[in-house]
Amino acid sequence: MEKWFESLKLGFYQTFILDNNYQYFVKGIGVTLTVTIFALILGVALGVVLAIIRSAHDQQAGKHKNPVLGILNTLAKIYLTVIRGTPMMVQLLIMWFVVWASARSTDSNLIKCAILTFGLNSAAYVAEIIRSGIMSIDAGQMEAGRSLGLSYYATMKCIIIPQAFKNVLPALGNEMIALIKETSIVTVIGLKDLTKGAMIIQGKTFQAFVPFIAIAAIYLFMVMMLTWMMGKLERRMRASDHR
Amino acid sequence: MITVNHLTKVFEKHVVLKDISEHIAPGEKVVIIGPSGSGKSTFLRCLNLLEYPTSGQILFDGKDITAPHTDINEIRQHMGMVFQHFNLFQNLSIEENLTLAPVRLKLMTKQEAHEEAMRLLKRVGLPDKANAYPIQLSGGQKQRIAIARALMMKPKMMLFDEPTSALDPEMVGEVLEIMKEVADEGMTMAVVTHEMGFAREVATRVLFMDEGRIIEQGTPDEIFTNPKEERTKNFLSKVL
Repeated sequence: MEKWFESLKLGFYQTFILDNNYQYFVKGIGVTLTVTIFALILGVALGVVLAIIRSAHDQQAGKHKNPVLGILNTLAKIYLTVIRGTPMMVQLLIMWFVVWASARSTDSNLIKCAILTFGLNSAAYVAEIIRSGIMSIDAGQMEAGRSLGLSYYATMKCIIIPQAFKNVLPALGNEMIALIKETSIVTVIGLKDLTKGAMIIQGKTFQAFVPFIAIAAIYLFMVMMLTWMMGKLERRMRASDHR
Repeated sequence: MITVNHLTKVFEKHVVLKDISEHIAPGEKVVIIGPSGSGKSTFLRCLNLLEYPTSGQILFDGKDITAPHTDINEIRQHMGMVFQHFNLFQNLSIEENLTLAPVRLKLMTKQEAHEEAMRLLKRVGLPDKANAYPIQLSGGQKQRIAIARALMMKPKMMLFDEPTSALDPEMVGEVLEIMKEVADEGMTMAVVTHEMGFAREVATRVLFMDEGRIIEQGTPDEIFTNPKEERTKNFLSKVL
């Protein structure tokens, strides 16, 4: 028991103190959070646009189908199929080694590539989540908006999307949690995120237990923080539900 | 005010409206009655293009609203609509429900809209509900708010699609009372309803519809005390 405790102490020392190794964690958290947050913003923005295109197309009434919307809808469907049908890691490898093949391997290039890939990937999932939210809103809400003379997009923006967003908040939270954790695969293109930091320390010190348990705890903490924030947001958005 | 020429509406293969031609003059209160499935709600919803006619023409103030380049959003501003299920915006407070459209469409400033909303809320007897949310109101209150919301746009005409059908019996009266007041002020109205008492009292003309056609029409007196068509007699014998 005492021996084990001694080796744990050594593990802690080599993982955090030696050569200022803790810096790998600090910088890694920064990279992981940067990629997650910006990918999230990109994903939600693009996802909402995709969701609106898909539902606007499906909700068209009458014989006048909009041809532009038809084309956009087809493109959106292809996009969703390809993104959801291929592994995230493969998309990342293609994006970095094929699309950005000529880019220099600087940290800033790697981060941009990761944000773009994760954002584009997340958008596909967010789009379907938001679309399910839009479909869950009673058709009467749209009819009421339109009957007052509001345009389709004004009604979407002021009436449908806020309600849809509230309904899908738990599902969106899930997607965000998945995104935080999935960013750990940026190690395959050599971006020094939190996971890569632990791997580097393992390579330098041959310690595995402390660094990997440490990042597991850090990921867990980040997810718990996010869950807490989503819960707060949900409660605030439910303000209109109080009887 | 509104003229319908040879209106036909087909859902899939089911013909809901069969070649309807009708004219509603300014100031008229037209009540449409008929058995369920007769097409009366579809007819009403065609008037502001919530349902798009399969064929035929609808003229509002002389403008063909079914023409491809008509700005239907502009037309709808002049046609208020009240729904069976109220359709208040769930995510907005009562005041925001009233002010959203006029402010967004730049018909009023925020201040003007606020004052108008307060005036109308007082008029429908719910001045203290401005900051409440739809879910906190009873059905009758929701429908009174829905009428106020439609009135905010200062429409030339109002469409009522079974406004009391989803209400508990004791709340029907308060909604009909507001509708009567609106009628008395000279609003042009088209009302689909099962409230025969309201039809008798308020209508200037009653249309009886069945199987997608207007079978018979006339003053309430003509229709209710002296119907000519067999189907009208049959229907009225069941509901009166």
